[in-house]
Amino acid sequence: MPGREAARPAATALPPKIRVRGLDLFYGAKQALHAVALDIAEKKVTAFIGPSGCGKSTLLRCFNRMNDLVDGVRIRGEVLLGGQDIHAPNLDVIELRKRVGMVFQKSNPFPKSIYENVAYGLRVAGVSQKAALDGVVEKSLRGAALWDEVKDRLHESALGLSGGQQQRLCIARAVAVEPDVILMDEPCSALDPIATAKVEELIHELKKQFTIVIVTHNMQQAARCSDQTAFFYLGKLIEYAETRTIFMNPANAQTEAYVSGRFG
Amino acid sequence: MHRPTLTQPTQSASRIAQLFRRGDHWLWLCGGALGLTVLLITGLLLLVVANGFTYFWPYKITAVDRADGTKLMGVVTATQPAVKETPAQTQLRVGNRELNNFDFIWVPTVQLTNFHQPPDAVQIERQENGDFIGFLQRVEVKGQTVASGDAAWTKLHELQPGARALAAQAKAIQRDGIGAVNARMQRAKLRLRSAQLKAPTGAAIDPLLKASVETEVAALQSDYDKLRAVSGELVARSIEAQAVLRTIDGQEKTIPLASIVRAFRPNTMSLVEKFGHYLSRAADFVTGEPRESNTEGGVFPAIFGTVMMTLIMSVVVTPFGVIAAFYLREYAKQGLIVRLVRIAINNLAGVPSIVFGVFGLGFFVYFVGGGIDQVFFPERLPAPTFGTGGILWASLTLALLTVPVVIVATEESIAAVPRGAREGSLALGASKFQTIFNIVLPASVPGILTGVILAMARGAGEVAPLMITGVVKLAPELPLDGSYPFFHLDRKFMHLGFHIYDVGFQSPNIEAAKPMVFTTTLLLISIVVFLNLFAIGLRDRIRRKYQTGAF
Ligand SMILES: Nc1ncnc2c1ncn2[C@@H]1O[C@H](COP(=O)(O)OP(=O)(O)OP(=O)(O)O)[C@@H](O)[C@H]1O
Ligand SMILES: [Mg+2]
Repeated sequence: MPGREAARPAATALPPKIRVRGLDLFYGAKQALHAVALDIAEKKVTAFIGPSGCGKSTLLRCFNRMNDLVDGVRIRGEVLLGGQDIHAPNLDVIELRKRVGMVFQKSNPFPKSIYENVAYGLRVAGVSQKAALDGVVEKSLRGAALWDEVKDRLHESALGLSGGQQQRLCIARAVAVEPDVILMDEPCSALDPIATAKVEELIHELKKQFTIVIVTHNMQQAARCSDQTAFFYLGKLIEYAETRTIFMNPANAQTEAYVSGRFG
Repeated sequence: MHRPTLTQPTQSASRIAQLFRRGDHWLWLCGGALGLTVLLITGLLLLVVANGFTYFWPYKITAVDRADGTKLMGVVTATQPAVKETPAQTQLRVGNRELNNFDFIWVPTVQLTNFHQPPDAVQIERQENGDFIGFLQRVEVKGQTVASGDAAWTKLHELQPGARALAAQAKAIQRDGIGAVNARMQRAKLRLRSAQLKAPTGAAIDPLLKASVETEVAALQSDYDKLRAVSGELVARSIEAQAVLRTIDGQEKTIPLASIVRAFRPNTMSLVEKFGHYLSRAADFVTGEPRESNTEGGVFPAIFGTVMMTLIMSVVVTPFGVIAAFYLREYAKQGLIVRLVRIAINNLAGVPSIVFGVFGLGFFVYFVGGGIDQVFFPERLPAPTFGTGGILWASLTLALLTVPVVIVATEESIAAVPRGAREGSLALGASKFQTIFNIVLPASVPGILTGVILAMARGAGEVAPLMITGVVKLAPELPLDGSYPFFHLDRKFMHLGFHIYDVGFQSPNIEAAKPMVFTTTLLLISIVVFLNLFAIGLRDRIRRKYQTGAF
């Protein structure tokens, strides 16, 4: 039973980037997360899998306190980011969100130019020198493997990009503010296989610099991209281990049934 | 086992049942209602357009003999078939109001014989007394005949522009030159009065100031006299040239060329000439000043007032409505109070507009305006400056009237901004305010503009509240002109909607004014449509720019 002791994959060299203990979350009267406890390793890709409605997105959105926007949410338990309690009363949510970036399931570029999309995070943080912005925009777009495709149309609307390009633009946008952690909620669910492959490649690159948490319904994707995998069911963390272990040799019968496609 | 059997109802019953099942009757009902609405609107527009567009056309002049031996000449404007005892009647517009005391006359058609259209019949549009219809005898300068017969017609057109130019010059001196001198004199006197008000009671005011004001007033007085003399001389010269005309029944009438706006012979005009005449009159209507207590001439001041008031209203109502909507939707704690406020706003849109007028009068005009006068213009009291109706107060009243429209539209458009855009911004570390300002506001601009368009359409057509907050029948000056401080927001103004009411229902000469009512209505509709098209164009451009994602 997952309780107050941490579920933790066997060998993590570094101290955990995110540490979750006894996390309960209620939407009004409905409990969406039950005593979740897990550690997320730095500069690794951690995948969250589980059937629809099991609370993956909810947990992910706890990490950058996006759930604050939902009316009637109550949270119990603690979430530490680099040792710091993100629910501490003196914590600045804006600073937190700069450290924890997010890529959404539906790509959501702003109705602005490509350049302005990437520069947005810096602009709202008060950076306005053109030289600094130019540098960051180029670096981020290169980092998101988008530079070559858009370098001639930086000042055209981002809405003219294809779906896959838009999603990579959203990744570039998140990368531009240099967060520690990037949260991705089903980033490829609206993309075709080629665009998906590109994003997966990108995730490989990004993990050299960032800690990545990714929610996915695609078992192959979890197997291909992630180092650790957590399986959720009905708001509970069922099993959390090295991805290889989860897919080859799961300890829990439900996990095995899910990853082998027999339920869910 | 029970097998359901298909019953065979009668053919027609099944058809009706099928009709109802498919919902065809609703379809027909909806289509019918839509059709009826479109028909009504088209009918309304056609009526206005048909009546409004013919106002400037030069119709032929008909001369007739009456049974009693007298003659009539004029434009046949209407005929009425016999109804029971009343015989068929014909209406003629005979003009010559100062001689006949009427412009229009109904005559039983049986009394009329010998309908003909004399080629030399002349119609003259005059500064005063409406049109003259008759024949040109001769043209005189300083009492000497310079041309008669056919030559007179040419001579009239030759001399008329010069005479009118002189009259216009005289008028310009009266309005601008003398007006400016008057304003300066007024200001000098006010300086003295303001010094009087500031001085402690009983103390005499600075004799130096008094002397300087007195010399200034004296100098201005002599300027005034000079200008008066110049303009008087111009007027005298302008009326030297006169046309002598004769009515069909033999009365002679002398008209100075300076007061002839247009002289034409509709019976001999070619189609091209008629079109030219039409266009020239239409242009005068749009750009000219009203004459003869608004029943003649142009409506430019009313167009100007309408547009300026609508624009001031939009400029005020937009930020107010938008800020209120953003507060309600984004910042206010959603609960009972906000719900009540929303209900109140929605109901505000249904309050009769005259109630807003009364509020505007009580609050803006008397309270705010009166207060401004006390503080800033005490020397002019008791004559009010802002403490009386004016374009600013009328615009503010209308802004109040239309603010619910903008609030509702803005709230809707804020709600329609996709959550993804908002979350995307917040997730990048933008504050709530930054997100609203950079993402939500631009995305809701098209919706906001829709609200402003609706507000403008409502505001431009509203008359009742204006009547007690600043509209007048005839405003001597425009609220925007070349004299300092250019925007005269305290001035009263003219408005097309009020103009329609005034010309149609308050003028002494209703029959003559009727076509003008339709023309002015047409103009008001066109202006509202034009303003809306402008705003719609703006909205579409912005919408294209901010179109939200492919997904
Ligand atoms: N804003 C909300 N208000 C109320 N209940 C919510 C809200 N968001 C999510 N829930 C509920 O919380 C539970 C977990 O939802 P969550 O979105 O985290 O699931 P998920 O694992 O991400 O599912 P999916 O794979 O379909 O995205 C679900 O039962 C859902 O109905
Ligand atoms: Mg989800």
